[in-house]
Amino acid sequence: MRSGHDLELVHVTKRYAGGAVAVDNVSHLFAAGSYICLLGPSGCGKSSTLRMIAGHETVTDGAILLSGKDISALPPAKRGTAMMFQNYALFPHLSVLDNVAFSLKMKGVDAASRHASAGKMLELVDMSAFAARLPAQLSGGQQQRVALARALITGPQVLLLDEPLSALDPFLRIRMRAELKKLQRELGISFIHVTHGQDEALALADEIVVMNAAQIEQAGPAREVFNAPKTEFVARFMGGHNVLSLPRGRFAIRADAVRLDAEGHEAVVTSVEYQGAHVALNARAAGDQDVLALIPEAIFFADPKSPGDAIRLAWDEKLLHPLNA
Amino acid sequence: MAALSKANILKSNNLTGWLLAAPLALVLALFLILPICLIVVVSFWQATEFSIIPAFSFENYEFLFGSSVTYTVFLNTFKYAAITWAITLVIGFTIAYYLAFHIRSQTWQTVFFLLCTVPFWTSNIIRMISWIPFLGRNGIANSALLSWGVIDEPLEWLLFSDFAVILAFVHLYTLFMVVPIFNTMMRIDRSLLEAANDAGATGFQTLTNVIIPLCKPGIMIGSIFVLTLVMGDFITVRLMSGSQSANVGRLISNDIALLQYPSASATAVILLITVLLMISALLRLVDIRKEL
Repeated sequence: MRSGHDLELVHVTKRYAGGAVAVDNVSHLFAAGSYICLLGPSGCGKSSTLRMIAGHETVTDGAILLSGKDISALPPAKRGTAMMFQNYALFPHLSVLDNVAFSLKMKGVDAASRHASAGKMLELVDMSAFAARLPAQLSGGQQQRVALARALITGPQVLLLDEPLSALDPFLRIRMRAELKKLQRELGISFIHVTHGQDEALALADEIVVMNAAQIEQAGPAREVFNAPKTEFVARFMGGHNVLSLPRGRFAIRADAVRLDAEGHEAVVTSVEYQGAHVALNARAAGDQDVLALIPEAIFFADPKSPGDAIRLAWDEKLLHPLNA
Repeated sequence: MAALSKANILKSNNLTGWLLAAPLALVLALFLILPICLIVVVSFWQATEFSIIPAFSFENYEFLFGSSVTYTVFLNTFKYAAITWAITLVIGFTIAYYLAFHIRSQTWQTVFFLLCTVPFWTSNIIRMISWIPFLGRNGIANSALLSWGVIDEPLEWLLFSDFAVILAFVHLYTLFMVVPIFNTMMRIDRSLLEAANDAGATGFQTLTNVIIPLCKPGIMIGSIFVLTLVMGDFITVRLMSGSQSANVGRLISNDIALLQYPSASATAVILLITVLLMISALLRLVDIRKEL
């Protein structure tokens, strides 16, 4: 896994002045050249982690290594990282071209060559036609591309994205996430993307890092995190799972692995929701446990159920997945 | 029927609009437009030592433009305005910057802001007069400097000099610079500063490339306040220069004291035109409309 260009967090802690701990002794290795999603509910410490990597928050304790070098005391621009801000933070008084060229101007690059480089970056994100506009004259998606170009012009090893899609409408969000993924693959650098949407994380990430209460709850490839949640929190946060308390302990089972079966456990339907390919059937089983079953719509409509109906639910014991306390 | 009632509503909306605008329009017409018109009219009248004669004569203007005193006094007024503007801008910007970016808690921002307004709890005149015992020949400043051994004999230029005039102007008007600049600074999205930092800008580069350009409207509004106040002042110059310097305001007030109303009016008209030209030049530089 280690390649020499990885980003590594070593026992990183962030404690704010008031004593609140945002990130508690987190260690993790982010493999070079991968798309990583930091996933978690608000207040879980994912943004603080990102901002510490970027250098916009100080590290209270621990170290951040990039390519084997401790970067935790360096200023943001010297770290080899670049950040794309949640609201894009484009300079309202500068044209698109000058926004992208900003970091080169700060380095003292002359106007002609910095505008040439910025022009190339705008080509990369397909925004050349808008070079002379001001940010206020762009749509949300266009602003995001400019912000992306501005971050990438510094030639970072790691691009940090703070909820980059949250300001966009749902259609644009899906299009932009495809573009982000494509760009990451073309550039071959690491993207670390903070989000609270599990669908976004599943769609984009090579590796998902689920955070909760200032700690990493589980990290791994997207498919592994979804199919084998280690804890009840991950199972519930990723969605599509039931958490069952059985005499042998607590288990997770995917909602689409629960089926209607005359031989199964007794339950009463509480609600039915048609979702297109599936019907989401909520039922209450013995011991007041709520169970969600995603039933293929053809099977459901062969024998439809209504709230209040008694049903029997069954699942393959092999698919039960034990959870850590 | 429906169309008729719709027309009625439109008509009554129109009427409400006029009624709502009327009180302010009336006040402005009565107390601003009318007096200015009167001043313009009177500026064409003639006057002798004993009488004022309604007429239409360019005598006052001819005298005004023909006299070298006018040019000296106008130049002096511009000098006061320019120096005061530069000093209040630097001090005002620094204070606003400190309040907006270094004081993190809103409570302390409010406290410091109120502290800045403390001098305004007394009248202008009292604030100016209180400088006199401080700056005088045997005042606090001179005696302190003497006792520290910085100087051997009292400084003569502290009081009743251009220095004193400008000191008083800066003291009186810096807050007019602080408030609008602070206002625009508070509207700057803090993530822009982080973005600048992320792009490798030093603190000074962030100041010149991000903060100052985004503060331009506030700087412009503050500049208009300070310039118009200094251009129109007459009492500060009289008190603080000990009647040794003059500005346009004093020219007008002297004429009034001598009951030379037509001549005072002509000077006032020229001053008004000058200030309006200055403001329109400033407004060309920055669009402050988006700020209001």
